[in-house]
Amino acid sequence: MPDADVGAAAPLTAAQVDTETQRAVEAFLYRQAEILDDGRWDDWLGLFMPDGRYWMPARADQMQGDGVPNIFWEDLDLMRVRIRRNTHPHAWSQSPPNRLSHVVSNVVIERVAANGDLTVRSKFHCSEYLRYEVRHFAGKYRHELVKDGDRAGAYRIRLQRVDLLNAEGPFDYVIQWWL
Amino acid sequence: MRNGDRDISRLVEPDRVHRLCYTDPDIFEQEMERIHESLWVYVGHKSQVKEPGDYYTAQIGRQPMIMVRGKDGEVRVFYNRCPHRGAMLCSDRSGNAGHRFRCSYHAWMYNFDGTVASIPATNGYDGTRMKLAEGDAGLKPAARVDNYRGFYFASLSPDGPDLETFLGGATLTFDQLVDRAPDGDVEVVGDCFRMIQKSNWKIFLENQLDVSHPSATHESTGVAAGQVEREMEKRDGRKAPLAYSFISAFKTPIEDWVKFDTVGHPYGHCFLAGYMGLRPQDPDTVEYETLLKQAHGEEKGEAILSTDLHHVLVYPSLSVQPPLQQLRAIRPLGVDRTLTEIWHFRLKGAPEAIYRRALDYYYLVNSPSTMVNADDLHNFWKCHQGLSTEGGDWVSLHRNYGSDSERDGVLYSAPGTMSEMPLRHMMQAWAGYMGAGDESVGNGSGGG
Repeated sequence: MPDADVGAAAPLTAAQVDTETQRAVEAFLYRQAEILDDGRWDDWLGLFMPDGRYWMPARADQMQGDGVPNIFWEDLDLMRVRIRRNTHPHAWSQSPPNRLSHVVSNVVIERVAANGDLTVRSKFHCSEYLRYEVRHFAGKYRHELVKDGDRAGAYRIRLQRVDLLNAEGPFDYVIQWWL
Repeated sequence: MRNGDRDISRLVEPDRVHRLCYTDPDIFEQEMERIHESLWVYVGHKSQVKEPGDYYTAQIGRQPMIMVRGKDGEVRVFYNRCPHRGAMLCSDRSGNAGHRFRCSYHAWMYNFDGTVASIPATNGYDGTRMKLAEGDAGLKPAARVDNYRGFYFASLSPDGPDLETFLGGATLTFDQLVDRAPDGDVEVVGDCFRMIQKSNWKIFLENQLDVSHPSATHESTGVAAGQVEREMEKRDGRKAPLAYSFISAFKTPIEDWVKFDTVGHPYGHCFLAGYMGLRPQDPDTVEYETLLKQAHGEEKGEAILSTDLHHVLVYPSLSVQPPLQQLRAIRPLGVDRTLTEIWHFRLKGAPEAIYRRALDYYYLVNSPSTMVNADDLHNFWKCHQGLSTEGGDWVSLHRNYGSDSERDGVLYSAPGTMSEMPLRHMMQAWAGYMGAGDESVGNGSGGG
């Protein structure tokens, strides 16, 4: 394992990332996908740092989320609004409730900081069951993960960037949950 | 029931409308021809095409069009079709075409004024019926193009009132948007969001002026945002950001929506008064208002800031929200499919915080992850589903029918009601355009 930052873009080689870290990161991403698909919303909020964000840019080439249009740009407070709104009995668009199924793969660790924080990119595919039909989303994740205390393999999200393949749209109906 | 003047007049009554107006494919074709491909339809803002060669495509009715800025600075609108063999000319939604348009099929080139720039081996046309010198092969322009304060419209019909006459009182919405900028100009930010509604375009138009829907449709969002807003205020010991009030406003009880008056202008345009309290006295707003009054003078500045508007519906293609610096253009794709382009604007010379406020609204209400339009679009879809059945023929527009008033051709909802006047008004205008009644007044919606 490298002992210093190695730059953001070039992925680390297998030799530079120990198997345990790779496995721990994959387990974290799988767990996040499962929490989302199962709708365990307290667990979802617990995945993020108190100042963590979920970000889906509106354009593939977008470099920042703050102060520009985004598909998602949510801190924990806005996530709480979304959870309460979507689970409210009068959230009409949740009648019937939609359902998500994620597959996460191609997990590449880009950067390991001296303190154990990580930058990880991966690919996802998500099928959504919406009003008795299925539609599909695909794209890539980029997680900035913070080492969560001393527990081995425990992380929290400082920033999750989600690049949707069709970020520029048009969108056939809205995206109700994070993807 | 088939289309035709006589039948249309039987489908629209002063206080109710037949379901076929929304669901009949033949009527849809007819309204594309008589409304979207005849009236002034919004194409785009001048800031979308800043430089010569900049172009943006936009659909007018069933016709794919290109808006392009020429080397002379003029903005023109053409059919997106190469006159040679009919290939689409621009397949990107937007871009810069360089010095001229080039068709990808046979390299015919067009200047930005639509004239032919060059055709490979032109002598092949010598002695044929095509007279290049007489402009036979040029791009077909929209019959009429005009702008009001930088907002470009096109009409695919040579007939009808000029743009300013057509807009009439609705010019206020563009004056409001532009005059709210201390530097007297606005520009689009980024590309628009594009959302598809699985419903007829008129269902969306009606919703924009439907005061009795927000507290019912958006209850879940209003309640959730209100709860989190209160928790944040308790936790942080200060007011939650203004953005939360944009959506917690939806928990306003239905009885309180009677405060928001509606107005119907000639040609089908409609106004809904504001309700979001966008003049808080925080330092950013105070700074902005000071700047604006420096630019316009105290009296005019105050008049601009105190103008009470939420939605302005510019029939048939546009819904504008000036204080929130955004607009939605309506592009019908089919009888049961409608694309909306949602644009937002930066007020030149205004503090960044004022833009951020508009951005928050744009995000919460109109982004593809919206927690507000999620339920609107769901209800529009359900409306279209229900109207496609034989469970009933008529759509009720009776609320407060008979109590609205008229002055100088402008209709006013009875104060203190949630009158469906704007919905009746739009459908009367629609019937007029479709060949039944007086289209310019769009009257008969219960005045007097």
